[in-house]
Amino acid sequence: MAADTTLAGLDALDLGPAPRRADAGERARRVWAALWPKLAAVALVWVVWELVHLTGWKKWVLPGPGVTLTNLWEQAKTGLLWHAAGDTLLRAVLGYALAVVIGTVIGLLVARIPPLRAAVGSLITGMQTLPSAAWIPFAIILFSLSTSTILFIIVMASAPAIANGVIAGVDYIPPLLLKAGKVIGLRGLSLTWHLIVPAALPTFMASLKQAWAFTWHALLTAELLVLVAGVPSIGQLFAADQDQTDMPSTIAVMIVILVLGILADAAFGVANNAIRKRWGLT
Amino acid sequence: MSTTAVTQAAAVTLAGVSKVYGRGSSAVRALDQVSLTAQPGEFTCLIGASGCGKSTLLSLVAGLDAPTSGDITVHGRVALMFQEPGLFPWLTASANVELALRARKVPRAERKARAAELLDTVRLGGFAAKRPHELSGGMRQRVALARALAQEADVLLMDEPFGALDAMTRDLLHDELDRVRIRVGRRLTILFVTHNVREAVRLGDRVVLLSSRPGRVIEDYLVPIERPRRMDTAQVAELAAEITGRLREEVGRHGS
Repeated sequence: MAADTTLAGLDALDLGPAPRRADAGERARRVWAALWPKLAAVALVWVVWELVHLTGWKKWVLPGPGVTLTNLWEQAKTGLLWHAAGDTLLRAVLGYALAVVIGTVIGLLVARIPPLRAAVGSLITGMQTLPSAAWIPFAIILFSLSTSTILFIIVMASAPAIANGVIAGVDYIPPLLLKAGKVIGLRGLSLTWHLIVPAALPTFMASLKQAWAFTWHALLTAELLVLVAGVPSIGQLFAADQDQTDMPSTIAVMIVILVLGILADAAFGVANNAIRKRWGLT
Repeated sequence: MSTTAVTQAAAVTLAGVSKVYGRGSSAVRALDQVSLTAQPGEFTCLIGASGCGKSTLLSLVAGLDAPTSGDITVHGRVALMFQEPGLFPWLTASANVELALRARKVPRAERKARAAELLDTVRLGGFAAKRPHELSGGMRQRVALARALAQEADVLLMDEPFGALDAMTRDLLHDELDRVRIRVGRRLTILFVTHNVREAVRLGDRVVLLSSRPGRVIEDYLVPIERPRRMDTAQVAELAAEITGRLREEVGRHGS
């Protein structure tokens, strides 16, 4: 009996007291601490922009922040901007999802099958360095001017980064975990699904984020050149603004793209932190 | 025990097992002609200095590696525990145990209850929802033990499982291991590798002393001390001193 209580006592001492939950005031302080540097950065950009505008540099083409933001507000009211941003985002998400699925499957196959790795490992890295614009002629000939063309370009641009991320993630799995998995009897697909994939995830997360950047780059490049009739998009707005040398509208659309990029980055940050917390890496 | 042991098939038999790593001039002979028998339910401690191939021996019995020559026969399922718990950090204690049950094709509906039962066995019933990083080293090792038990193994191989723990935790885990052995009810054969002679005497029915480079069986001690045992008793100390003397002699051979 004495041993029972000793062990229970040791367990209690080892764990220490339960962590205190943050109250509302503390949470507000934390949000503010994360928020104010971002707001300060926005204010700084605004001030510099306004100053450059006031010097009169390229006065006829470079609008001030006031004009640009008014323009953005006007565009936001018409609904075309929302529609275009929605279509572009839908393409981004679809293309990215396809790239993640295709890249993950290819990455897992290459990482787990040595001959395949020897055969196509460097090809994947090579494809990653190929600019997405290089795929456009090929894609247009293959699919003509359609959404498929754009999705194809996204997948070709992002899937190699995903595959490379999976391979790196698998390579960095601690050997002890693999041994433990084999010892408890995980084999084949269940080994892949229950061990390889989750164990590779922390390393893989960085590639997911990088691949999203590739998706976004490829998408805007493709949208500028592949105009699909009847589907308004950010790229199409850009093309129209360029034709009319409408600088305030162009910058307004750029701001929208920037904001979408920042939001996506924040989402990846949240996912990454959740994984690190789960693993006890924080 | 001895009368039944003779008629029963041994749980683990190694007959003239050798293991050589590498080839040609760089070849290293890790194990040389090791013959060893463990009866069902027997607790065998393997002890030796560095380079005696203890871990190699366990890998061979676990089937993670093949011997260069000789035969290994194991009756029943084998589970293996390491010095590090080797738990999956993204899973809770319970889910870690459940994964071992799943690998054994235990139906989904039974897994949760069975895992809770196993965690209760190692007295971690209240910690099922914790992740490995939230537990102490000793608790993680107990989850690893629960996971090993989940495999319903007949032979449990333990590779210095308490080597990284502080003395107090290790003492308590020795008691735990004794208790768990009785509680699982079936005849669990244990092969336990350690550097610590007293630990070996405290736990084992037998202590097998291996030589170093290459590993060979040089002595096989029966431990006649009654259970429950404690590390700090005179009987344990006495036998441990005898074995340590023999071990030093063996290690000294390499210095001259």
